[in-house]
Amino acid sequence: MTHTDWPLWEVFVRSRRGLSHTHAGSLHAPDAELALRNARDLYTRRGEGVSIWVVPSTAITASSPDEKDPFFEPAADKPYRHPTFYEIPEGVQHL
Amino acid sequence: MTTTPAKDTALTTAALALGDDALVLSHRLGEWAGHAPVLEEEVALANIALDLLGQARVLLSMVGDEDELAYLREERAFRNLQLVEQPNGDFAHTIARQLYFSTYQHLLHTELAAGDGPFAPLAAKAVKEVAYHRDHAEQWTLRLGDGTDESHTRMQRAVDALWRHTGEMFQPVEGLDADWTGLETAWLERITEVLRRATLTVPEGPRTGAWTAGAGRQGLHTEPFGRMLAEMQHLHRSHPGATW
Amino acid sequence: MATAAARDTTRSQAYDAPDGAADTAEYARAFDAAVAADERIEPRDWMPDAYRATLVRQIAQHAHSEIIGMQPEANWITRAPSLRRKAILMAKVQDEAGHGLYLYSAAETLGTSRDELLDKLHSGRQKYSSIFNYPTLTWADVGAIGWLVDGAAITNQVPLCRCSYGPYARAMVRICKEESFHQRQGYELLLALSKGTPEQHAMAQDAVDRWWWPSLMMFGPPDDESQHSAQSMAWKIKRHSNDELRQRFVDICVPQAESLGLTLPDPDLKWNEERGHYDFGPIDWTEFWEVLKGNGPCNEQRLTRRRRAHEEGAWVREAAAAHAAKHTNGQTVETGAARA
Repeated sequence: MTHTDWPLWEVFVRSRRGLSHTHAGSLHAPDAELALRNARDLYTRRGEGVSIWVVPSTAITASSPDEKDPFFEPAADKPYRHPTFYEIPEGVQHL
Repeated sequence: MTTTPAKDTALTTAALALGDDALVLSHRLGEWAGHAPVLEEEVALANIALDLLGQARVLLSMVGDEDELAYLREERAFRNLQLVEQPNGDFAHTIARQLYFSTYQHLLHTELAAGDGPFAPLAAKAVKEVAYHRDHAEQWTLRLGDGTDESHTRMQRAVDALWRHTGEMFQPVEGLDADWTGLETAWLERITEVLRRATLTVPEGPRTGAWTAGAGRQGLHTEPFGRMLAEMQHLHRSHPGATW
Repeated sequence: MATAAARDTTRSQAYDAPDGAADTAEYARAFDAAVAADERIEPRDWMPDAYRATLVRQIAQHAHSEIIGMQPEANWITRAPSLRRKAILMAKVQDEAGHGLYLYSAAETLGTSRDELLDKLHSGRQKYSSIFNYPTLTWADVGAIGWLVDGAAITNQVPLCRCSYGPYARAMVRICKEESFHQRQGYELLLALSKGTPEQHAMAQDAVDRWWWPSLMMFGPPDDESQHSAQSMAWKIKRHSNDELRQRFVDICVPQAESLGLTLPDPDLKWNEERGHYDFGPIDWTEFWEVLKGNGPCNEQRLTRRRRAHEEGAWVREAAAAHAAKHTNGQTVETGAARA
């Protein structure tokens, strides 16, 4: 038996105008055009989308779980980036 | 069992022609379930079959009870093109049938949608569905025609084999207000262009013959159609009057 | 930073062999802590080999079941007795192909390609649910599959939406949403038959008689004989035991059968006030093991047909791959909708 495993594509669907595309899943397709069509058939057959992106899975560069701490922990101790960090006298509005 | 067409005969003739085309092709595509060359294509073929079945139900319901019309007419009362009743064959045959039919259906529905006849509302919805069917068929024609030697050979064989059933599509149908000559010219142009891009040769044989010309529209079908109907109608006919 | 896709096979193996025992122990502690805290494990996290293997086996078996499961129902698409039923059935069988796709994708995040998994299915090295080795003899079987088989599947699957492995849990959320239509259409189909002509009613009863016991077997062997259960529970791949889920299913079905006007083929079925559950008769596990071993009525037929579809489709897949190879000078990629 021959193996012609089609490449894997990641599918991103915009569920309605005004929202961003979110990852819906993946599928196999020989090329981008069929990937788009397969994505339409598979991920929007119940009216789940108004726009689709397909990206070759190999084109995604991901952060590694090993680097999780250096990547993400430094952001955890900077509460001053969040509005709740600041105390505002009661009664002051529109802040 | 006869279904009495209540409305005028021209409307009935036209609704049955369009409705039977959609019904029969949907059935043939349904036969692919579980057999498609790749899982993604199971989903695609089923989508097309469901669109067509939806069209058929609207059209048949315009002139009678959809189930009576689908399940209780004899073979000679069906008005579909012989093209759509042709067995699936290999994937190339299915794609060639899709290419020929969806190109025709797209042109016809575009014209019907622009008019103000009784089919305009249906055509307006169908034309969007069919545009996708045509795109699907064209995409695959390109890939099979310009893929491997084997796929090229198979695709050429398929477009050749079905060519003789393409002439009947442009026989005028009573009740359908269309420029049939214009449709045929546009169809030939589009098909020629797609086949060329797919590195395929436009078949040279006749597109009509003494037997095939408009025969399906007159209730003359090919042998496989009788067996298809036998399978489709058997259960319904075994329980007269039952509801499901 | 890894320049590979999240599910690149080489990457997902990368954490299988940490440098030293100390590293492994540290990874293992982090993994255990995550599972204990009900956090999800994601594809590129370190995970024990056995956890990965268990998931691949279970997700693959689940995916295979979806695509083999298309066959018994597709058997009736061309004979559906009304156009409405035909549309419903086509949509349902299509969903199963879709579910197979979601699940193969989830399995692929663990570093096994769909081709590999299909090979294992075709060569009999991986199983699919035994329920699909029973034949669909009448139209009513389509209803019985929807009500009982999909009902059992949903009972099994709803807890999997909280499975510890993220991609599997997410696939299950999507699947469960879609499955509820499957079960309802089956119930409605049977109800129409049960209230129809005497012949239709008999057809419905016969189907329920044949599918009831195999449906109960879908929950797997009793807890004390189930070889994978304990570890899967600890890993939160599984959330409830086989017997627990089976009981839940029986309790749900009894009143539903009454509303249908059909009986369940078990003389021992009765309400047990003390337990707060229905008691039911003994399951014929000999039959279960026989069907599992390949001696069911349709094992050979299902696998042969699946293999044939795959083999007959090979030239199509090759053609598309060849076409893509000829035309990858950027032109095809351009048509992406990224600017939409």
